[in-house]
Amino acid sequence: MAAKKLNIKDKYRLLTRDLDWEFSYQDRNKAFPFEEFEGIKITDWSKWEDPFRLTMDSYWKYQAEKEKKLYAIFDAFSQNNGQLNISDPRYVNALKIFLTGVSPLEYQAFQGFAHTGRQFGGVGARVACQMQSIDELRHVQTQVHAMSHYNKFFDGLQDWSHMHDRVWYLSVPKSFFNDARAAGPFEFMVAIGFSFEYVLTNLLFVPFMSGAAYNGDMATVTFGFSAQSDEARHMTLGLEVIKFLLEQHEDNVPIVQKWIDKWFWRGTRLLTIVAMMMDYMLPNKVMSWKEAWEVYFEEAGGALFKDLARYGITMPKYADVIEKEKEHISHQAWWTFYTHGHAAGFHTWIPTDEELDWLSEKYPDTFDKYYRPRWELAKEMEARGERFYTKALPQLCTTCQIPMLFTEMDDPSQTCYRDSVYNGDRYHFCSDGCKDIFDDEPEKFVQSWLPVHQIFQGNCGGPGVEDILRDYYQMNVGVDNMDIKGSPDEERWKKWKGVA
Amino acid sequence: MPVHAITPDYKGDVKDRLENFHGNQIVYVGWDHHLMFCAAFAYPLPPETPFRALRDEVMPEAFSLHPEWSKIDWSAATWLLDGQPFEPQLDVALKDQGIGHKSLLRFQTPDLKGYKGAGV
Amino acid sequence: MSKVYIALQDNDESRYIVEAIEQDNPEATVIHMPAMIRIEAENYLAVKRETVEEKMGRDWDVQELHLNLITIGGNVDEDDDQITLTWNS
Repeated sequence: MAAKKLNIKDKYRLLTRDLDWEFSYQDRNKAFPFEEFEGIKITDWSKWEDPFRLTMDSYWKYQAEKEKKLYAIFDAFSQNNGQLNISDPRYVNALKIFLTGVSPLEYQAFQGFAHTGRQFGGVGARVACQMQSIDELRHVQTQVHAMSHYNKFFDGLQDWSHMHDRVWYLSVPKSFFNDARAAGPFEFMVAIGFSFEYVLTNLLFVPFMSGAAYNGDMATVTFGFSAQSDEARHMTLGLEVIKFLLEQHEDNVPIVQKWIDKWFWRGTRLLTIVAMMMDYMLPNKVMSWKEAWEVYFEEAGGALFKDLARYGITMPKYADVIEKEKEHISHQAWWTFYTHGHAAGFHTWIPTDEELDWLSEKYPDTFDKYYRPRWELAKEMEARGERFYTKALPQLCTTCQIPMLFTEMDDPSQTCYRDSVYNGDRYHFCSDGCKDIFDDEPEKFVQSWLPVHQIFQGNCGGPGVEDILRDYYQMNVGVDNMDIKGSPDEERWKKWKGVA
Repeated sequence: MPVHAITPDYKGDVKDRLENFHGNQIVYVGWDHHLMFCAAFAYPLPPETPFRALRDEVMPEAFSLHPEWSKIDWSAATWLLDGQPFEPQLDVALKDQGIGHKSLLRFQTPDLKGYKGAGV
Repeated sequence: MSKVYIALQDNDESRYIVEAIEQDNPEATVIHMPAMIRIEAENYLAVKRETVEEKMGRDWDVQELHLNLITIGGNVDEDDDQITLTWNS
């Protein structure tokens, strides 16, 4: 008689939780030593269920098919000199940020989920985390492959992992993930699985991937959509973990709320660079950051938090501040990178007049009043032959590590300054959100490796900024950095296109 | 508790303590409503530095790029030290007038409203 | 009421899945964007294996959706016959 085909629920049960066992001669707490210290209470792990019920055999089958399709497209892109089809050489600078800032986070996610995947007592959670860990490793690899073709033709992509560990603005994404990985497994899941992979993921991926689609970058589009199908599973894991924790014990609710508040804030600060990329670095615009925030957070997040209200979870703290900040942060960030362009591993530029008008239209309440004047000043200085590069180093926020470029929302021409004194030392923050995070765990954040302070301590070589760029960051000075005008990237592009 | 750690009485290494700066302290200086400079500047300085040297020798390198810098009337400018009103004593050392390690100095020039009066 | 959504890669296979979704969820909105098709509905959306098979002209496992999927929003429930997205609000 032929064997009956298992239905999806039975197969999942047999290939996951039925592979688990009760310990008969070892203390379970010794096998899962991280489960209790965060104060989270789990009464019944068997209540955790993977909505996709993916077993390893299906995982391998579908992932292998995705890989075959993806690498065929990478080959075609490479063979057809796909880099010539992008809208404009400025676009590649978005990829430089992606490879140095985002791809290494995929690697940290791989490590983080591998660790977490071992620490949970529940077998369903362990299996899902292990699959996510492999997915994240896949993402690093596919991103490196997608970008490798551009590396043959453009500057700034050549040493991404070294730069991630050293360059001043890359300490922002690096420290974000270090914070999550240094936390316990439950905080890691709420930070990354839920806040980052569920609440905020579309705000990372849609800008980069749609940006790629609109600007002729087939390699990145393809990688992006292929990775996003993995992300759908990550999103369901994140949502499942949240619901599971909230249903397990009412004592978990305030702990989870605090993590949601913290990680929503940290995640939004991290996305500042994506906001800037959307509004300033895509020659063909997708939508404004303001619009993306409205669709992917205010609408989508609104639906999510309405759903979670039955557990006693509320919208993240300071969501109202972020709603106002959506009209400012992209402009503040691009100005920061423009004025620090001598120290960036990618090119910067003054927006074209058409782009300035697009920004006016998309930001009717803020752009002309607060930000257009900056570009008028920049144009004046450039015309005089004195393209503005700042001559001193900025104050950084101790928590998010971004320069203190954010402003008060009731007076956007006033820098937002917050501070705390802890054990006799003063610490500075860009916002109430970042200050709250420090105040809750100062022993963690006194350890922030702040690039500007590290430079002043002599830990990054020097003595001058140029020495640091060349020797510590390993940038190609005069090639990777400075304005796009006159850059080797621009010169090569003009030659390929046969323009003056 | 000061951190949620698995080891009791966890203490973190304070990366930015004064001793790590080889005889310098850090001072931050920001010009309010002049966002041509996106953030306050950070300076490593000997604590014995007189205020006059900070204002007239250190600050100009970066701040003088602003079109209004040369128009500042210092006698009319106001200052905040760590959020509190402050009258700098020009010939006194930073450390002797309360400007300690990682202090924040902000100055305001109410008649100068930034490039095109836009707070830039 | 809150919107659930599903976004699929715009390729030859997805077109049949989209047709199936449209048939089974007449109130849903289909939005075409570069390289992507996004489908939204109030509170509930279902992708049914039988309907997809009818459109595609071959046997199809619900889990094959992973090959076409970009992103989703809503609580997921999957079994051998369908995958549903819901918000309880």
